[in-house]
Amino acid sequence: MDFGFLTQPAFSGGGTYFDWVLSGIKWTMLVSVCAWLIAFTIGSVLGVMRTTKLRWLYLPAAAYVELFRNIPLLVQMFIWYFVIPEIVPKALGTWMKQGMPMPEFWSAVLALGFYTASRVAEQVRSGIQSIPAGQTQAALATGLTMPQVYRHLLLPMGYRIVIPPLTSEFLTIFKNSSVALTIGVLELTAQARTISEYTFRTFEIFTLATVVYVLITMAVTVLMQFVETRVRVPGYVGTGK
Amino acid sequence: MAMIEFRNVSKWYGSFQVLKDCTTTVEKGEVVVVCGPSGSGKSTLIKCVNGLEPFQRGDVVVNGQSVGAKGTKLPQLRAKIGMVFQHFELFPHMDVTANLNLAQVRVLGRSLDEATAKSHALLERVGMIDHAKKFPGQLSGGQQQRVAIARGLAMDPIAMLFDEPTSALDPEMINEVLDVMVELAREGMTMMCVTHEMGFARKVAHRVIFMDQGEIVEDAPKEEFFGTPRSERAQQFLSKILHH
Repeated sequence: MDFGFLTQPAFSGGGTYFDWVLSGIKWTMLVSVCAWLIAFTIGSVLGVMRTTKLRWLYLPAAAYVELFRNIPLLVQMFIWYFVIPEIVPKALGTWMKQGMPMPEFWSAVLALGFYTASRVAEQVRSGIQSIPAGQTQAALATGLTMPQVYRHLLLPMGYRIVIPPLTSEFLTIFKNSSVALTIGVLELTAQARTISEYTFRTFEIFTLATVVYVLITMAVTVLMQFVETRVRVPGYVGTGK
Repeated sequence: MAMIEFRNVSKWYGSFQVLKDCTTTVEKGEVVVVCGPSGSGKSTLIKCVNGLEPFQRGDVVVNGQSVGAKGTKLPQLRAKIGMVFQHFELFPHMDVTANLNLAQVRVLGRSLDEATAKSHALLERVGMIDHAKKFPGQLSGGQQQRVAIARGLAMDPIAMLFDEPTSALDPEMINEVLDVMVELAREGMTMMCVTHEMGFARKVAHRVIFMDQGEIVEDAPKEEFFGTPRSERAQQFLSKILHH
């Protein structure tokens, strides 16, 4: 393998091929982190909604989850990018196609964010529901209201319990961000493909892309392990040590 | 005046009736022990007092306030009644002091300093002050239960409910919890205790309620309950739990 081509000026200008790789990494990170913010926020709200006994709260949340997790991510990406601008009011649709900056980026962020939210929601729900009912009863018995029980007991414990699956979800969003290349986001995989077409260094460039993905996900894993250690409950079964 | 009054309370899970027309009272300063076989509705009955278990018919009146009435603010009512559970139910992510502080600060609006002072005084009283900074998972069952009692007392309750407080404990830890409860009873706390500890009942109870299949079968002063006249079902039950 020879990585010398990376320092060569790119065929169509705009710095070296290595600059293209860096740009790809930047877009991969941007898409993933923005999508994660959406996924975590909306997923948390939906997950909590599904644990309440109020029909008007859990039914819409259940419907959301079933809709978004049962449509392939690729299809959702196409819907946000190609279909949504056609079905919104005409003026808005025109702006989305012509005026809005970086339409492919925002479509990718929304598609990935809303899709992942359905998965986060299920994890938050399972975390909350794994807390024994006696805990909620004890908290209510002290005079706390149900929102206070969520705030001080169910959420702090529920999130702790689901840190491991949430970590997986956070990693998955980085890998799933590569689907954004199908609607024209020049993220890492897209850049690798373009570079391979220009240089025929397919082997090298995809090896590099692989290493970069692994480094990113390893960094996320380390970060989440740090979080897990920080919030570990002394003596609590299930959080270890 | 009766502190807790059950008026013909009935409750159904679907078509299955778990409480059948239960009527009884707990006077101020009275210690009432509720016993009976498992599935007889003891826990359900006691949880009607603070509205943790809704009921379909009848009413429970606590200190003059109806539990079942539509306008009743249950959190306010619950704040005045301490409750201790079979499985302790301390909040695992908070240390012992924080467990006692939470409702004092969030429900009663005490300042953190005020609450901590109160908590420490109560931990001293139940012999747990040396463990004030530990987490529930680092304590034995008996220790956790003593902390749970202190958590109930921290709200300055007008009555305490105990739902099988020693049933999940190792035999050697039962007494440390019962000692705290005996002391509490002797100080005049109004107490309603679901328990099979007949020694405790003999020592401090004023009245014993025996339940079977959702019905209050026997409701008698302690001397009478452990003495002669009583229902056949209660006799059978007593002979089973007293003779080994």
